[in-house]
Amino acid sequence: MAHFTKATSLHDWMNQRLGIDTVRRVMATEYWIPKNINFLWAMGMVLAVTFAMLLISGLFLLMYYQPNIHLAFDSVNDVIMRQVPFGWLFRDIHAVAASIVFLVIYIHMLTGIYYGSYKKGREMIWISGMLLYVAFSAEAFSGYMLPWGQLSYWAGTVITDLFSLGSLHAEWLLHWIRGGYTPGQPFLDRFFALHVVLLPLLVIGLIGLHFGALRIPHVNNQEGEEIDFEAEAKKYKSGDKKGSKVIAFANDFMSKDMFVVGVYLIFFFYLVLFHNGFALDPINFIPANPMHTPASVEPEWYFLWSYDILRGFSTNVGLIAFAFAQGIFFVFPFLDRSPNAKPASKRGIFFLWFWILVIDMTGLTIMGKLPPEGMYREVGVMFAYIFIALFIILPFITKFEKKV
Amino acid sequence: MGTDRRGFIGKAFGGVAAVGAVASLYGMKRTWDMLPSVKANGFTTLDMTKYTKYNHNYIEKWRGKPIFIIRKSPQMVAEMKSNSNKYKKQDQQRDIFIAGSHFLMCIGICTHLGCIPNYQPEDQNYLCPCHGSIFDFSGMVTKGPALIGYNIPPFKRDGNKLILGLDSPEYQKLIREHATQNEM
Repeated sequence: MAHFTKATSLHDWMNQRLGIDTVRRVMATEYWIPKNINFLWAMGMVLAVTFAMLLISGLFLLMYYQPNIHLAFDSVNDVIMRQVPFGWLFRDIHAVAASIVFLVIYIHMLTGIYYGSYKKGREMIWISGMLLYVAFSAEAFSGYMLPWGQLSYWAGTVITDLFSLGSLHAEWLLHWIRGGYTPGQPFLDRFFALHVVLLPLLVIGLIGLHFGALRIPHVNNQEGEEIDFEAEAKKYKSGDKKGSKVIAFANDFMSKDMFVVGVYLIFFFYLVLFHNGFALDPINFIPANPMHTPASVEPEWYFLWSYDILRGFSTNVGLIAFAFAQGIFFVFPFLDRSPNAKPASKRGIFFLWFWILVIDMTGLTIMGKLPPEGMYREVGVMFAYIFIALFIILPFITKFEKKV
Repeated sequence: MGTDRRGFIGKAFGGVAAVGAVASLYGMKRTWDMLPSVKANGFTTLDMTKYTKYNHNYIEKWRGKPIFIIRKSPQMVAEMKSNSNKYKKQDQQRDIFIAGSHFLMCIGICTHLGCIPNYQPEDQNYLCPCHGSIFDFSGMVTKGPALIGYNIPPFKRDGNKLILGLDSPEYQKLIREHATQNEM
């Protein structure tokens, strides 16, 4: 048994029992972050803060929300929006955060791709991040069902229809997921349970894994330089803070991080208070009606790129292309065969590849928003082919990349 | 010997736990199956004698989906049989002949992206408000983007009534025949 002495202070008392000094050293003061980074390295903290806002606003929405097909719509649009003091604020925060979180996730992912932050021991960071993306997508979809408006109902119908798997006619799977022939009470109840319990727990667990995956390979830096963290840490601790290539996670790095978070929050609350329409489609302010389809049923902006790949082709080919688009990012670290863990600007043709990917996904997003007719359809299909082609050529162009 | 025994206990423990895990997964899967009450509500009985007006789109509900019913007037039937430019052979095959009349009876959902089309009695066709597909009064596509005609729900005849949700040889024959149009 450990030996305990009479505590000299509350800090000492806690330290003897919980080892708080050790925890602080391991998690903050001696967790080393490279100096040579930019504001894009703060996106992780921006995401963590956004997730915290989703969790807190969600908790308060949960206190008034009724998961019942007859009550859900009014519990959101009357009770929460009109009666609960500041209910509208929590709802707007929840809706805007759910949309903006994907913008930040995409920036975070593209930053990782640009700087090669998924290579040389950092593969698990990428894969755990992709799992988080999937978990967030499931959160977004299940949350979208809850107000039980027209888009909740019809998006729920269209998306779950995908599980009948085209020509396989897997209606047993479709009906099993819905708990009925069409979305109804069992459907709303189960998506509610997933949204408020299982998926948040999964997200929190995956965030733990994502952070844990960073510990051994450490954070990448702007030049992709391999830093001897032990040697640099020694330099820092001996007082040569200027000469060292690293700084401590807290308070040094965190103060930079929180500055970016501060700027982000100004933008975020501007959207919440003055410009929240993009996250709250007017059609969803009409109660769900299974006998009337809204004129256009399209997903939120963050799903448009893969939605456009899905609808560009006939049913079966579309499903396969959609599955390809969803799955291919998971194996990104293994498709990139290059020995260089460097920023794209130093990797020749990969630089071009990266920007074509960005343009292509932006193009798919725009085409997904437009009606699938005439030229829009053809341009959309072209972007879908380019997307698939980009990932087929990726292993070849990176394999022949020169070592820099 | 001691190690062997430990290994055996470990494997036995793992085996029991695995059986328990599979049983739990099965139990969880079963909780998501359709409830008996939901299944029991999956049948709709249509009394076809009730639909007396000609060229009128009656809308009923089956499993949360709209069902379109049209009693075709003798003129409509005659035109369908004679005007082979406008109407295909499948138009007639899709008809349900009951109580002395020809009926259209189908799931009223556009086969393109799932919208609900509106019937235009003067043009005797359905226009989908979403992307402009047109279906004739037999539920066949006359203008895209939809590629296939309206689906027909499983039904069973009971005198002058149709019970939707039950299979029958008549329904099987019907979908076999009109499936020829559907593969495009």
